[in-house]
Amino acid sequence: MEREEIFERLNGVFRDVFDDDSIVVTETTTAKDIEDWDSLEHINLVVAVEQEFGIKFNMGEVTTMKNVGDMVDIIISRIS
Amino acid sequence: MKELEYPFDVNYIMKNKKKMKKELLLKPGLIEKNIAILGGSTTSEIKNMLELFLLNYGIKSNFYESEYNKFYEDAMFGNEELDNFKPDIIYIHTTNRNIIEYPNMYDDEKIIEDKLNYEYNKFSKIWEKLFEKFNATIIQNNFEYPYYRLLGNKDASDIHGRTNFITRLNQKFYEYAQNHKNFFINDINYVSSCYGLDKWANQFYWHMYKYAMEVPAIPYLSFNIANIIKSIYGKNKKAFVLDLDNTLWGGIVGDDGVENLAIGPEVPSGQVYTEFQNYLKEYKDLGIILNVNSKNEYENAIAGLNHPAGTLKPDDFIIIKANWNPKNLNIKDIAEELNLGADSFVFVDDNPAERKICREYIDGLSTPEIDVPENYIKIIDKNAYFEMTNFSNEDLKKNELYKDNAKRSQMMATFDNYDDYLKSLNMKAEISTFKPIYLERISQLSNKSNQFNLTTKRYSLADIEAVNNDENYIKLYGKLEDIFGDNGVITVVIGNIKNNDELHIDLWIMSCRVLKRNMEFAMMDKLVEKAKEKGIKTIYGYYYPTLKNKMVKDFYSTTQGFEEISCDSEGNKIYKLDISNGYTNKNNVIEVYE
Repeated sequence: MEREEIFERLNGVFRDVFDDDSIVVTETTTAKDIEDWDSLEHINLVVAVEQEFGIKFNMGEVTTMKNVGDMVDIIISRIS
Repeated sequence: MKELEYPFDVNYIMKNKKKMKKELLLKPGLIEKNIAILGGSTTSEIKNMLELFLLNYGIKSNFYESEYNKFYEDAMFGNEELDNFKPDIIYIHTTNRNIIEYPNMYDDEKIIEDKLNYEYNKFSKIWEKLFEKFNATIIQNNFEYPYYRLLGNKDASDIHGRTNFITRLNQKFYEYAQNHKNFFINDINYVSSCYGLDKWANQFYWHMYKYAMEVPAIPYLSFNIANIIKSIYGKNKKAFVLDLDNTLWGGIVGDDGVENLAIGPEVPSGQVYTEFQNYLKEYKDLGIILNVNSKNEYENAIAGLNHPAGTLKPDDFIIIKANWNPKNLNIKDIAEELNLGADSFVFVDDNPAERKICREYIDGLSTPEIDVPENYIKIIDKNAYFEMTNFSNEDLKKNELYKDNAKRSQMMATFDNYDDYLKSLNMKAEISTFKPIYLERISQLSNKSNQFNLTTKRYSLADIEAVNNDENYIKLYGKLEDIFGDNGVITVVIGNIKNNDELHIDLWIMSCRVLKRNMEFAMMDKLVEKAKEKGIKTIYGYYYPTLKNKMVKDFYSTTQGFEEISCDSEGNKIYKLDISNGYTNKNNVIEVYE
């Protein structure tokens, strides 16, 4: 799966979770950029991303992810 | 909303909860309740999911959430926010993570007993404190099993094992529940085992977010809590409407013939249907009404139901519709004949197309998505349509009551004059101030009555107890019996005394199975009698329209002779009746005693 395609699918997940169709995520998007993205919604986001790509993040990954780009790196490493 | 019924798609719900909430908030007739969640671990998503499932049951909730793991402090020492919140329901979300004093291997029996009491007392003190402070219902989690077993299998049987300790602690919780009516156990021990304990206890979510179970398990947890709450507020289903062919037996009776139907213990395909019939029969014994809705010749349907291997016989059903009418019309007819809302029915049919049509035509009808016969019971059971909270003796007799009504209808046909018919019933009514043995039934009735209900005010058992203990209320219940049987407690009136000589009727409800028996006149006569004793001069009646209570829209004016004094834009009306210049009794067909 290409990096662009992953971003596209991630976008859909973000829009669903935050119920906001105007969201466009990029490599550098962080929680600061999305209004409803607090620590509690973060959990739901992680679960939704896991479902979307059929993967499970481990604790180490979730605690070190800095932005959406990091998230995509992990997804690619899992599905390739 | 189909998405919020079992089996549900957890991913879908979690992803779309905001959208779903918006849609559910548009539903008419939502009732509002205050729910305090006192948590021993993170509760945020539990709250979100609970909100969604409750909305789906027509309950809009306001929440108070304790700070992280502050359930004990909030309950014991209180805080202003919680005190002002006035919860109707207090949900205590604790798990085995909140047990502090587990046994050690070197503890003797006495020490373990002490630890058990220490843990139990910690909780029972909380409950007592909350009951003392709030007029609320408490829902308390029991404990799920531990996710590791230091002693292996012996963990269950040895007093040093955590599994054993948890089992004993749970048992003590159950004893408390058996002795307290406004206290319910949320059985996470069962829910976690259905879900799969290893998955439930996924430690990632504890270490990352302090959730005591994995996040995808939360919809199952919240659904379970919502089922208890909706049952408390009278949102349970009341009746089954059952298809026959390939639902109650295998095969098609009209084509295959009775002798070729799959039912009975000889073959697996017959055994599975026998088990399903047994399951339904057990519900019947709990007071759930069974009816048939089948596309069949009537004779064939009866012949099928008389199959010697079948557990359910024609006599077990109140209404049997076996004809070629559209099934949604049959359901409407059944609702009318039983005087029940079709939204209190569970329609079980193996044909997805029939389910779909009926669901679309009948608002609020439940149509469980049964697939293969071996899953019928599971899918119906998990939907908790008939979740038992307050179970009264009335429930046990319900099937008889509906049968008696059928006999009354037959008898009515033999009289020309309705009054003569009523007199022939030899009705006797007990109308009296609330008595402790009936409080549970009174609360239940206030939550179940939708049609003959002037204000649609709901009273939990705790609310009814409060009214019962308050001198400023006139509170009457009525029981009615006749030559065909005892209907039990079927009507309640609660009036609030204000300004010394005014009585404001907060609640007037009556079960639809005693409509047109003049019981409402007998109640009015007694109400006036009691009001006069208290020096009341004017009685005020209120009518608040809902989707379901049109039948009583002119109750105070036409039926009882009150004078309308106001009506707002939503049709809420206030009436008054001056009784200072006398009142003539209206009932002359029922013999009344206290």
